[in-house]
Amino acid sequence: MTFEATELNIRNKKMEKLFRILFLMMTLLLILPVLIIICLLLAEGHEALSVDFFLTAPQNGMTAGGIFPALVGTLWLVAIALLVSVPLGVAAALYLSEYAPDNWLTRIINLAIVNLAGVPSIVHALFGVGAFVLFFGFGTSILAASFTLAIMTLPVVIVSTRESLQAVPLAFREACWNMGATRWQTIRHVVLPNSISGILTGIILEVSRSVGETAPIMFTGAAFFLPFLPQSVFDQTMALSLHLFVISTQVPGVPEHLPFGVALVLIGIVLLLNSISIAFRMYLRGKKKW
Amino acid sequence: MVDHAQNRQTTGVPKIIVKDLMILYGNKTILRDVNLEIKENEIFGIIGPANSGKTSLLRALNRMDDMTAGMKVTGDIIFSGKRLQAWKNLYALRQRIGVVFPLPVGLPLSVFDNVALSPRLRGIRNQADLQVIVERCLRRAALWDEVKDRLHSLGSLLSGGQQQRLTIARALSQEPELLLLDEFSIAVDPVTTMRIEDVLKELRHELTIVLVTNLVQQARRLADRTAFFLKGECVEINETEKIFTRQAKDPRTMDYVEGRFG
Repeated sequence: MTFEATELNIRNKKMEKLFRILFLMMTLLLILPVLIIICLLLAEGHEALSVDFFLTAPQNGMTAGGIFPALVGTLWLVAIALLVSVPLGVAAALYLSEYAPDNWLTRIINLAIVNLAGVPSIVHALFGVGAFVLFFGFGTSILAASFTLAIMTLPVVIVSTRESLQAVPLAFREACWNMGATRWQTIRHVVLPNSISGILTGIILEVSRSVGETAPIMFTGAAFFLPFLPQSVFDQTMALSLHLFVISTQVPGVPEHLPFGVALVLIGIVLLLNSISIAFRMYLRGKKKW
Repeated sequence: MVDHAQNRQTTGVPKIIVKDLMILYGNKTILRDVNLEIKENEIFGIIGPANSGKTSLLRALNRMDDMTAGMKVTGDIIFSGKRLQAWKNLYALRQRIGVVFPLPVGLPLSVFDNVALSPRLRGIRNQADLQVIVERCLRRAALWDEVKDRLHSLGSLLSGGQQQRLTIARALSQEPELLLLDEFSIAVDPVTTMRIEDVLKELRHELTIVLVTNLVQQARRLADRTAFFLKGECVEINETEKIFTRQAKDPRTMDYVEGRFG
């Protein structure tokens, strides 16, 4: 008996190689736009960057100066949006993952979450105007804009949290239930400690997404131009994303490097947050407990 | 082989009485017409091939049907003189029943916390008390000597056999009246299996044990009485010795224990 490759073996091996290379090329193609965007922004925007750029307000009808109020405003918006969406989203995910029986109500809730995730951000913006600005009487304010952002990010927080919870093996829960633990005791002692890394990772990714959102905040609380910082959550505020939109389309005579500089800062924040999230995940994966 | 049966005193008081038990998953009947009595301080063996409903019976005894989607139990189970369906607080009920699964479940907590979890759930906070309980349970599960120097490393990183003894220690930390063992030796090497069996022989003086096993000889070694389950029916309940000495009432039992099928 000799073991020689048949013609079919050889052809299969060739095909294997072909597809491998094909899929690799496709994947590399994905990185290309990211690289181009970053290089372009660096090339065009680097001259705008300086310490002053981060620490001064826009000047001369936004044709000069920095981004300080917008930067602070974005922090406000994202922070308050987080304060709303994280408790709500995590609680909802805990209910759906750990308590909810498989019945029509649960199915409707799941359907609603999927649909909520698919709603365009401009529709969220209009909802925000109707609900928070007008109905709850927040006015156009940080509060209204943050709530709108929170509603928009909620489905993603719920889905990513639920997936982290589901990644904890059922056997752990059953072991706890069998010794007389309530569902809450099981969550507190076993499920949450072992899913918190995934939950946090999902939340960081969510933050980085909401940093760049423009539509949901432009009618609800973000201002065209405010030379001073917001004093309370009922004030309007500038925001980086809207600022970028404004100086690149609405204001004449802006030197070209300025919008590129703002874009660079925006993408820098997003990349920074994503790297933190990846590093965090790698750190915790190293500590994986089962 | 026989000695254990003599020097034991079962009180003769029934710990569990099962009457006309039927278990369904959705529309599928898993177990039907089960009637049996398990006496206090006995080891009650249950043998039978896969899908005979053994595990489902254990789940019903622990009222896990409450936590299992689609599982329905009819008939009566009386535990310590009280109908299971009449228990208002199922968490209190389950605290009195320890369970050991086929695959060891070392919770992703430290060895200490694994065993201290149940006492903590019962409200014991004092560290000294917890240490006493943890040491006692680990000793009784024949694991103490192997883990006493690494009580604070993760329980889920112990070897399979150690994790299974950890699971037993955890069950014992509930101070249960009843211990349910579901094919505990499936993922455990023979030496560890023998050690655990020795542990069980010790434990029988203090509690009642239901031992579901796929190893027929294990039932013979441990059980006072043995039930044979087949395809969702309880074919026979008899003295273990009778079942293994060709005095079984049902020919199917005889065939099974002699390895002619299943």
